[in-house]
Amino acid sequence: MIAIIDYEAGNLTSVERAIKYIGCRCRVTNDLKVIDGVQRIIFPGVGAAGSAMVSLKKRGLDGAIKDAFYRGKPILGICLGTQIFMEHSEENDTECLGLIQGEVRGFPDNIKTDDDGSRIKIPHMGWNSIRDISAHPVLSAITGDDEFYFVHGFYPAPVDTDYVLGVTRYGISFPSVIGVKNLVATQFHPEKSGEPGLNLLRRFCEWEPC
Amino acid sequence: MLSKRIIPCLDVHEGRTTKGIKFKDNIDIGDPVEMARFYYESGADEIVFYDITASHEKRDIMIDVVRRVAETIFIPFSVGGGIRTIGDMRAVLRAGAEKVSVNSEAVFNPDIISQGATAFGSQCVVLGMDVKYVGKKDKIPSGYEIVINGGRKYMGIDALQWAIDAQKLGAGEICLNSIDADGTRDGYELNLTRLISENTDIPIIASGGAGEPAHLYEVLTVGKADAALIASMVHYGTYTVSSIKHYLAEQRVKVRKTWS
Repeated sequence: MIAIIDYEAGNLTSVERAIKYIGCRCRVTNDLKVIDGVQRIIFPGVGAAGSAMVSLKKRGLDGAIKDAFYRGKPILGICLGTQIFMEHSEENDTECLGLIQGEVRGFPDNIKTDDDGSRIKIPHMGWNSIRDISAHPVLSAITGDDEFYFVHGFYPAPVDTDYVLGVTRYGISFPSVIGVKNLVATQFHPEKSGEPGLNLLRRFCEWEPC
Repeated sequence: MLSKRIIPCLDVHEGRTTKGIKFKDNIDIGDPVEMARFYYESGADEIVFYDITASHEKRDIMIDVVRRVAETIFIPFSVGGGIRTIGDMRAVLRAGAEKVSVNSEAVFNPDIISQGATAFGSQCVVLGMDVKYVGKKDKIPSGYEIVINGGRKYMGIDALQWAIDAQKLGAGEICLNSIDADGTRDGYELNLTRLISENTDIPIIASGGAGEPAHLYEVLTVGKADAALIASMVHYGTYTVSSIKHYLAEQRVKVRKTWS
């Protein structure tokens, strides 16, 4: 069973439907007992870091996620969920969970154009590819041609670059997949990224981190 | 680098797609769910559903369509038509749509844009604009005027000013439909698209006039659109999303490579 953490941050049903579509059992929940009992955790999210952290703390979900991480359960972060794993976010000047050392940053104001000369518009919204993909069981199906769906104005910047598992170009290069130990996290939305996204979710559902 | 998005648009009336579509493989051409799956598999980057059901009582049918589409395709899709309140928006988003679009509803009640952006985030709120060229005049300095009712009613609002205002109100994207070009299959309204794109900071989806792949090339380069809406080009089987993307890739437009 996979717990999809419900903390009132955006569209969780799309994650639930994608997981069911690939044939895995899951439950959208904020029940600490349920989360304690599951084998895997997906931590999604759309919205702002500040209100998300308030909502997590109110329910004790911050502790539940940390606990699952230290017990070695496979955890997948998506979009805002990914950012929340970091120490601190520039968005609303928010203290986050701190599972990965580093900041969540906004795209710089002084970069005006993408590599093809198109104007940079924030949020970064649409389909983009992943480069410098690390050898990782959850990412093993991704090729350089695959693209994923992004919607975000901030990105995670781990201090230790070993925790960067893939990068994406949008005016700058930014980490689009990060991870450490039993945690892997994407800035994009695998549940909205067609077959390559579903393949990533399949790999996550089979992943046994050592 | 972001890819340019290719977005098929489906009109839905009381739960059925309205345009006849020539398909093989026993696809039910009246079923929006099967149609969406077909376009998903042929490489659509997003899908737009426009609900043209007039009766308000029958709008729940659309919510059921949205729910079934969300179980079937795993790319973003938006739903427009008849969205008048935050409650209407919430119902569509809860059912699984990524975005909602408001058009004439926002002309009469611009606050719905800001209310939607506050409640669900700007990325969920698409402003649809129907625009006609009327020539430059005092009230319409850009020469492009907002129209409603399929172009029959002129609203006395400058299209460029409306786009700028909508961005300030919190619209996350603009779907820009040229009534002059719509249905002609002679190409998108490039001047209009470029004007709006260059003077706003949110993505522009060009709509109206697509008849051949070269038209998409023009609007995504000269027109500076971020995405292109297509309808009859693919509905009647003349082209597929995949063939259009192949053409664009050959012209060095960055598009998401399709897997089929």
